[in-house]
Amino acid sequence: MNTLFVPLTIKKSLWLIPCLPLAGAVVNGLLGRRLPARLIHFVGCASIFISFLVSVAGFFTLLSIEEPQQRFLIQSLYQWILTVWYQGSFSLEVAFRLDPLSMTLCLVVTGVGFLIHLYSVGYMAGDESQGRYFSYLNLFTFSMLLLILADNLLLMFVGWEGVGLCSYLLIGFWFTDLEKAQAGMKAFIVNRVGDFGFFVGLMLLFWTLFEASNGSMTGLGFQQLREAIPLLGSASPILGVGVATWVALLFLVGATGKSAQIPLYVWLPDAMAGPTPVSAFIHAATMVTAGVYMIVRLNFLYVAAPAAMAMVAVVGGVTAFYAATIALTQNDIKRVLAYSTISQLGYMFLAVGVAAFSTGIFHLVTHAFFKALLFLGAGSVIHAVHSNDMQEMGGLKKYMPHTYLTFMVAYLAISGIPPLSGFMSKDEILWATFNSHLTVAGLGKALWGLGLLTAGLTAFYMTRLIALTFMGSFRGGSEKEKHLHESPAVMTLPLMVLAVLSAVGGVIGLPAITHLPNLLHDFLGPVLSSHGTSGHQAHAYWLELLLMLISTGVATSGIYLGWLFYVKRPELPGQVAARFARLHRLLFEKYYVDEVYQTLFVRPILKMVALSGRFDLNTIDGAVNLSSRVTAKFAFLIGWEDLKIVDGAVNGLADIFKRWGAALKHLQTGRVQHYLYSVVLGIFGLCVFMFIF
Amino acid sequence: MPYSLPSFLVVSSLLFCLGMFTVLTRRNAIGILMGIELVLNGAGLNFVAFSRFLEPSQTTNLLSGQLFTLFIIAVAAAEVAVALAIVLSLYSRMKTIDVEDFKELRG
Amino acid sequence: MKDIIFNVFILLTVIPCFWVALSSNIVHAAFSLLITLFGVAGLYVLLGADFIGVVQVIVYIGGILILIIFGVMMTQRGKLLPLSIQLPGKVFGAVLTGVILVALVLTATKSLWPVASILGEPQPTSAAIGDLLLGKYLIPFEVASVLLLVALVGAVLIVRRSVRGE
Repeated sequence: MNTLFVPLTIKKSLWLIPCLPLAGAVVNGLLGRRLPARLIHFVGCASIFISFLVSVAGFFTLLSIEEPQQRFLIQSLYQWILTVWYQGSFSLEVAFRLDPLSMTLCLVVTGVGFLIHLYSVGYMAGDESQGRYFSYLNLFTFSMLLLILADNLLLMFVGWEGVGLCSYLLIGFWFTDLEKAQAGMKAFIVNRVGDFGFFVGLMLLFWTLFEASNGSMTGLGFQQLREAIPLLGSASPILGVGVATWVALLFLVGATGKSAQIPLYVWLPDAMAGPTPVSAFIHAATMVTAGVYMIVRLNFLYVAAPAAMAMVAVVGGVTAFYAATIALTQNDIKRVLAYSTISQLGYMFLAVGVAAFSTGIFHLVTHAFFKALLFLGAGSVIHAVHSNDMQEMGGLKKYMPHTYLTFMVAYLAISGIPPLSGFMSKDEILWATFNSHLTVAGLGKALWGLGLLTAGLTAFYMTRLIALTFMGSFRGGSEKEKHLHESPAVMTLPLMVLAVLSAVGGVIGLPAITHLPNLLHDFLGPVLSSHGTSGHQAHAYWLELLLMLISTGVATSGIYLGWLFYVKRPELPGQVAARFARLHRLLFEKYYVDEVYQTLFVRPILKMVALSGRFDLNTIDGAVNLSSRVTAKFAFLIGWEDLKIVDGAVNGLADIFKRWGAALKHLQTGRVQHYLYSVVLGIFGLCVFMFIF
Repeated sequence: MPYSLPSFLVVSSLLFCLGMFTVLTRRNAIGILMGIELVLNGAGLNFVAFSRFLEPSQTTNLLSGQLFTLFIIAVAAAEVAVALAIVLSLYSRMKTIDVEDFKELRG
Repeated sequence: MKDIIFNVFILLTVIPCFWVALSSNIVHAAFSLLITLFGVAGLYVLLGADFIGVVQVIVYIGGILILIIFGVMMTQRGKLLPLSIQLPGKVFGAVLTGVILVALVLTATKSLWPVASILGEPQPTSAAIGDLLLGKYLIPFEVASVLLLVALVGAVLIVRRSVRGE
């Protein structure tokens, strides 16, 4: 294939990737009520599938470009903003950028997205708002793709906000249930706090660069920003801290909001109120990874602000451990998975915090596979049992074999058992953390230890989940037991595809000791500025092998303990919980963080709302009512005027006509001579006229 | 009055105006009819006078005026016939031909 | 000599007109009309329209006027009706027609008529008129005959209905 021809056509069709789902959203949104369910499903799934195909075409196009540094395609659609003032100018285009980083995420979002759309066809069958559901889902995909493909920060922000909005719409999908609606609101509001940080960071970044470059900085495109970053060093520090660090920290705030890290993670567990495919897509594979993606996109910024990077790593490591501890005690199957997601996202943050950017993306990809699979499997289980509570499940492995088998694959992956994908990516993170050189000496090793511990906890609580759900005997009562069935093929097929991906997906990022190329690492290379992790090839291979063995050991012991506690001797958990009742209570109540936030933030704001409501009622409504009374009085005057004057005019006119008619009536005498008279008068008039003029 | 065109025209004007006056002032229906005859005669006289005195033109014949008068006479005959028929019908219905009495079309 | 005859005929035409207009006796009016018509016929002859003059006498006087007199006789009921409208109407009419008369006379006398410089001797016109009627003026001739037919039928219809209606 002509290498020049294909890039051109793909370059011109980049807009298709985000806009096809948008079209699907519009069609299903506007016509959803009137279309038959099959058509809605077709539109929703087909748009994503074609988007996926275009992404694949884009992938091969990128590969066909020989020079790695040249591997990017930019399609500019139109000029969005263009302002020129005497000091400089600001120009922003709506442009899409396809480079290895966005390509990877595009494939994940469209590929996994398609599988989840397919699953949703089965899961949401019978729901009365099919059109709305698929419309929102497509709209979300559009926003996410916009975020990924954006060529400048502002357009990315548009997508950023868009996914927040769609998340709200989808979490509160069954809005008639107050709790679910409130969960949606919580998600949106917490997200907003993060968005605020993002936007302030964006403004600070641009303004500093603008001043430092004496007005030659004209936009927010990523290429531009990358080249302009050194200027940040020359800007004067604010409050003793460099501007680059401030900007990076502010963006980190945004990332914690979107990716559910401490302190803005509180919305994710509640977000499980939405339909399970939504949880799988948005809150496992895509939206929550937006924060990670953003940090990787701005890798040049973070590399210039090492203190902020250390912060990122710490936040990631601590959150990973913290969330894993909460997951130990939860009974709702989806909540366990939610906290697990938070924990795994923590791993990703840890990775990017130690400048292992491609590793972070690697874990993002593998996590998308197995976490989506876990959620979809959980959805399958919930669909059969009609309950989220694991205490009412059990022994499902004989009723739902496909679900069970695929679930097992994901479970092994997340627990970090080689050679599945989860092991590959998690281990790479741990290795990078161990070797990292963060601002605080020894922090890398400490975080490695934390990560290791978390891996053990992960294996433990996942084993617990498996044991409670699939092993043993069914605890939900014999009535329900009669209705237990495997899900239809449209739901189990995506599960199988994801299982395969979870199993073999690790092949794209093989560790160095195998002497096989790390495909993802090489693919992403040109986009990332720091390749410090490639330096680890200089270290001895034996250290890496040793660490791999340690992490595998920890994972295995976690699984063993889980098996022990929940299969072999099921009375143990109760005993341990009683022994450490206070600790157990703390973990079960999620460290009371929600309650703290409620008192610190939510209640004061609600008080202010009530206050301003009263103000509105008294002052403003009072003013409006007063003006309405005055108008009423005026209206009376106007009515009088209308009656007298206007009616008078109309009646007067009619009167004139009557009188004229009465007067002219006399002309018609009925006598012919008189009529002849008028003829003669006419002649008379003519003569006079002629003679005068 | 000399034998010239203006004198004939004055005569026909007199006939016309007196005829008009008759039409306007007579109460008898047949009187009105007689006035109409006077008017027609005045017009006819005009035509013949013009035919005699005016320069012959290329489009009209020397005798065109006389032919006009001939047709006027024919038309007058037809008109009188019908008018008298109407008057007689009126008379047989109303027993009078005083135009002052015919007021049924009054507005 | 010619002028004297001319003036006589003028007087013959004009003076009975006043009688027709102002007379209170309808029969007198009818007979004055007769004399006027004779005068007009004479004037026609003086103008060289011999055929027309004769037609005037035959048709107008012999036909139309006879009809009018018939009409007068058949609609008289013994007592003589007041024949003219009241005086105010008469004055008004007189004024109007007077003004019109003045206008016409002024037009007639003051205008520059394109009069032929040499007046030829009057020729007999019958043959010429006959030629014209059946030649150039054939259509008006035919139309006139249709008109007469229509008038005839119409008159009969009108009278018949009223007679039958009684």
